[in-house]
This record gives sequence, C-alpha cells and structure tokens, in this order.
Amino acid sequence: MLLLITGAISIGVIFLYGCVGEILTEKSGHLNLGIPGVMCMGAAGGCWGVSIYMHSLSNPSEAAWFWLIIIAVAFAMLFGALGGAIYSILTVSLRSNQNITGLALTTFGAGFAQFVMNEYVVKEEIDKALLSQASKILKRSFSFADDLGWFGEIFFSHGALVYLAIIIALLASFVLKRTKVGLNLRAVGENPATADAAGVNVNAYKYGAILIGSAIAGIGGMFYVMDYIGGWENASTIESYGWLSIALVIFCLWKPNLSILGAFLFGALYVSPFVMPGIIKGITTTQTELLKIVPYVVTVIVLIVTSILDSKENQPPASLGLNYFREER
Amino acid sequence: MESNRYSFSSRAWALLLISCLCGMLFDGNPFEVIEYLFDGAFGTKRRIWNLLRELSLLLLVGLALVPAFKMKFWNLGGNGQILMGALVTAAIMRSDFAFSSPTLANLVMLVCAILAGAVWAVIPAIFKAFFRTNESLFTLMMNYIAAGLVSYFVFKWAPPSSSGTLGILPNGHLPEIYNRNLLTVIVAVVLTVGVYFYIRHSKHGYEISVVGESEKTASYAGMNVKKVIIRTLAISGAICGVVGLLLVGSINFTLNNTLDDNMGFTAIMVAWLGKFNPFMMVATAFLVTFLTRGMAQVQTEFGVTNDAVSNVLIAIVYFIIIACEFFIVYKVKFRGKKANKTADFITADLDKSTDEQSIKEDK
Repeated sequence: MLLLITGAISIGVIFLYGCVGEILTEKSGHLNLGIPGVMCMGAAGGCWGVSIYMHSLSNPSEAAWFWLIIIAVAFAMLFGALGGAIYSILTVSLRSNQNITGLALTTFGAGFAQFVMNEYVVKEEIDKALLSQASKILKRSFSFADDLGWFGEIFFSHGALVYLAIIIALLASFVLKRTKVGLNLRAVGENPATADAAGVNVNAYKYGAILIGSAIAGIGGMFYVMDYIGGWENASTIESYGWLSIALVIFCLWKPNLSILGAFLFGALYVSPFVMPGIIKGITTTQTELLKIVPYVVTVIVLIVTSILDSKENQPPASLGLNYFREER
Repeated sequence: MESNRYSFSSRAWALLLISCLCGMLFDGNPFEVIEYLFDGAFGTKRRIWNLLRELSLLLLVGLALVPAFKMKFWNLGGNGQILMGALVTAAIMRSDFAFSSPTLANLVMLVCAILAGAVWAVIPAIFKAFFRTNESLFTLMMNYIAAGLVSYFVFKWAPPSSSGTLGILPNGHLPEIYNRNLLTVIVAVVLTVGVYFYIRHSKHGYEISVVGESEKTASYAGMNVKKVIIRTLAISGAICGVVGLLLVGSINFTLNNTLDDNMGFTAIMVAWLGKFNPFMMVATAFLVTFLTRGMAQVQTEFGVTNDAVSNVLIAIVYFIIIACEFFIVYKVKFRGKKANKTADFITADLDKSTDEQSIKEDK
C-alpha cells in the first residue's frame, strides 16, 4: 500500500507539472496539444544542461545539489518555453489552427528530444553514468524521512522537485484566482474581444501564459528523466505522460489546486497495474491492462458530466481553441 | 484558384529547404539528399508498392476526417477509430467461423469494422450534439481507451508462450488482388471519388458546410443540426473502421496497439493541407508519405542510426507550411509607427480563404 502511495506521488508529479502548464495555456484560450512535445523538449534541455555541468567538473561526485537543481530547472524551463514560443508565434501571431500546430509540435518535440539526447547527452557510457550520478544527487530527500516511518516515507522521502511542483500549482491557483493578472488572463480566455475593449493587451497575455505554461510543463519532462527513472529511455513514454496531463486538465476542471489531488489520483491509477498484483491476490496481468484505461475513462466521464451540468464555474474557457483576430470583430 | 498555386509552391520550397537542412546535418550536398529521397520512395518496385499502400492508408484516414472537419468538428480520434475497426476484425478472424466460411466471414468483418469505427466516433458526436461536450478532448481520450482495449485483448488472446504478442492470424484474410497492397489502393481510389461527390454534390455535403459555418443558420434553415453531426461522425468513423479492417485483414494479419501508427494525427495534416479537397489531399498524402519514406532512405545512406532526425525535419516542414498558410490567406501591410499605437502590427484583409470560396461555389 505504501508502495502505491509513494509511487503515485512520484509519478503524479510529472502529470502535475504538465497539467499546471496546460491549465495556464488553456486559460488564455489556447488548447496546446503540443504539451507532450514540450515536455520532451524540457526533458532534453534539462538533461543537456546537467550533462554540460557534470562534464565541466573535475570530480563529478562533488556536484553541488543546489547548482544541479538550478541548472536542471532553468534549462528545462528554457527549452520548454522554446517549444511554447514556436507554438505561440504560429497560433497567436499567425493565427494558425491550434490543433494542427499542437500536433506538429508534439512530433517535433519528441523527435528533438530523441535527437538531442542520443547525439549530445547520452552518446557514450560515461555520459549515462554521469547522468545517473547527477540524478542521485538531485533526488536527495530530507535526511530525517527514515526516522518517521510511513509518515516520513509518504511526505518527506521525495526530491525537491516534488515540492516545487506543489508550490507551483498552489502559486498558479493563487495567481489565477486572486490577482489582477489572473483575472485579466481568464478574461482573455473567456472573451478576448471584451478583454481587448477593457484595455488588456490580449496578445501579451496569450504569449505570457503559453510561454510560462510551457516552461512549467518542461520541468515535468525533466523530472521524469532526472528524478523518476534517473536515465534516458525514449521520448514516447514522456509523450504518453503528456497526453495524460492534458486529460488531467479536464479531470480537475481547469483548477490548479485541484490538480494536485488529481495528479496523485492519476498517478495511483497509473502505477496500480504494476503494484496491484502485490496488493490484491489473484489479479492477472491481463486484468491490470484494463486498469490502465481507467484514467481516460474517468476523464471522459468528468468531461461529460461537466458539460451536462453546464454550471458556469466548471467549464472550459469559452474561447478555448479559437484564435482571436481583433480585426474580425 | 490562385491561393492553391501559392500553397503548392510553399510546399516545394519546404522540400528544398528540408534537403538543404539534411545536407548540412549530414555534411552531404543537398542534391545528393534529394536523390536519396527519391530513391527511398521510388527506388525499387517493392518501394513503389509500399509507398502506394502507405499513401492510400493515410489518404483514407484523411478522407474520413474531411466531413467532420468541414463541419468544424475536431475529430482527433482517428487512431482510436482505426484500432476499434482493427480489433473487431481480428476478433472475427480468430473465430472458427473465419475458418469454416471465409467469404461470409469477410463480409461480416467489413460490416463489423464499419460499425465499430462508427460507434467509436458517434459516442463523442452524441455528447457534442446534445450537451456541447468539447469534442477534441473527448475524441483524444477515446484513442487511449481504444489502445488500452486492444492491448487488453491482445494479452488475452496471445498464446501463453508468445510473451504477449499475437502472431499472424491464419484465417479470414481478405481476398488478394494482384498483391496484398492493391486492394487498399483500390479502396482509397473509390473512396476519394466518393467523398468528393458526397462533400461537393450531395445534400448531406451541403448541410455539413452550413453547420460548419454556423449552427444557428443551419437550424433556421430547417436542418436538424444534431442529426447532421451524428450522421457525419458515423461516416467519419466508418471510414476509419475500414482502414482498421484493411490493416488487419489485408496487410498485417495481426493486431497490436500501435497498429494505427499515429495515422489519425498525421491524416489531420494531410486533410488540412489539402484544404479538405479529396483530390488535393491525394497530393498532400503523397508529399507526407514521400517525405517519411524518403527520409528513412536518406538516413540509411548517410549511416545515421538516430531515427529522430526524420521526425524533426518533417515537423519543421509542417511548421513552415503552417506558417506559410497565414501569408497565403492574409495580405500583410505594415503600418508606420505613427499609426494608432494600440493597433496590431499586422493589417490583414481577409483574402477569401478557400473554404469560403468552396461554399460559395456550392451555392
């Protein structure tokens, strides 16, 4: 059971980063289906940064935790934002179809990550060793976690990036709900023409939300490689996490604070096929295959229920997926 | 149509650019890259057949999306609809029935695959029609549910010794015409013409364009919008189901959850770049297949083991084409700095997008 909870938390964080990033983007009225690609780019960027840092040290085992975190997060955000920049130039300035651009960005991001990782980051065996070493340092958790038994195991046994995700989610929730910037952003997503008339710089808000959102999602990809598995496998796993993150956005009704719980629930559902056989006796691998689709089915149900209830609070932003063109008013 | 000529030239530029980029990446000269591109696509008889088959499959999925997209229903669920068609096909091919009476089994496969694809597309359509549920997210989720179902059944059906893969199914293959690629090509040709007439010259096609332009106009004109949405998606899903049938019954004879090869997404590109015109889509489907197959050859020739390069380059081509679209549809005028400061830097005259033109032609 403990395994289920800790597993749920550590994988849920990937969804949490992606989900919070996508919520910010969608709040500006842009459905970024490129988030899976953005997460791949963030992963590649973060690892690239870490690998450069590790190579620059004469003794890699002395790598400082603080600098590793800073470099990994900064590079992940930078590369994530790069993906977001491509998307926002095409959809905000050039008003391209958001679905098409997003899908192209996903293809690009996955390919880009695979390319960068194979060519520059994990080309030789030594690189792999350096990366896993960096990952061990990065994962360092509170030293007192072991003394607190199951309580410490659940709450304090994670790396700093887990707590960063929760902080970002809470911060995003606060900004969206309680600040003027958040109010303006929501206005842009609901009805850009009205926001424009009220003197809000619509394009600036759209760019800002997409870039910041993509940067956050980028950390999610980096978290998966550096913290969750501690090495590079391939981009397609990250891509599937990206799609789950987009599902999570619907599941948690576009609310970043709710997404913390949602992410851990999704995480639990996601890891359950692997840990369930240990908990429930007699469950076969065939049956666990069905457990994997539960997150998606639940998301569909939430999507249906919210649209049937039609309450104003829990709807997608009204202009989601529509580009704003001020001269077409 | 002038804009079409521009969009084709933009594609040609993209092709030239990709070869230059490749040349720089692999330290080769661009012309050599172009040569290998063509060699990979047309080099041998077998390659040409493969190209034709891939092109037809992609085109079919694109055709499936056309009615839905014309209606501004963003069906991102092509993958799932293909997989469901494939799943029921495989289920029938496994049964004793396929062994005892193959011809009848083929017919049942056809009907069931069409139904399975249609059902998978109609579920989101019903909720869109009645409750305005966001269809792009819904269809996206349906993909993963379908993929999950397929991998469940593959696990269930797989012989215990095969570590969870289903081998070649021996019975119930679709009839082979000349070789096992031609049937797919024929289906694609028939449906291209069929969809063209359905969209351009039928009452249904007209209703689809009107609903896509404005649901209110459609209902004032006495159209049953809900019925149009559901009917259109049933057609969309049915064609995807046929692709699933072809993939299992005529090409691969086996089932796995990546059988769709992301065609549901790639086909969106094909349909959109072809401006939802079935005949133009033949050209765009060709371009996409040509690039994919050609790039694979370029990589082998240059000894690049990293298969990600082609994805990156193809995505760059997509970006270029997407960005070009703006300059094809709009005319850009830069205003002086003195002009209204709050105004956007781009003044654009809507240069009659092709979509609008086609509707006017219909009228």
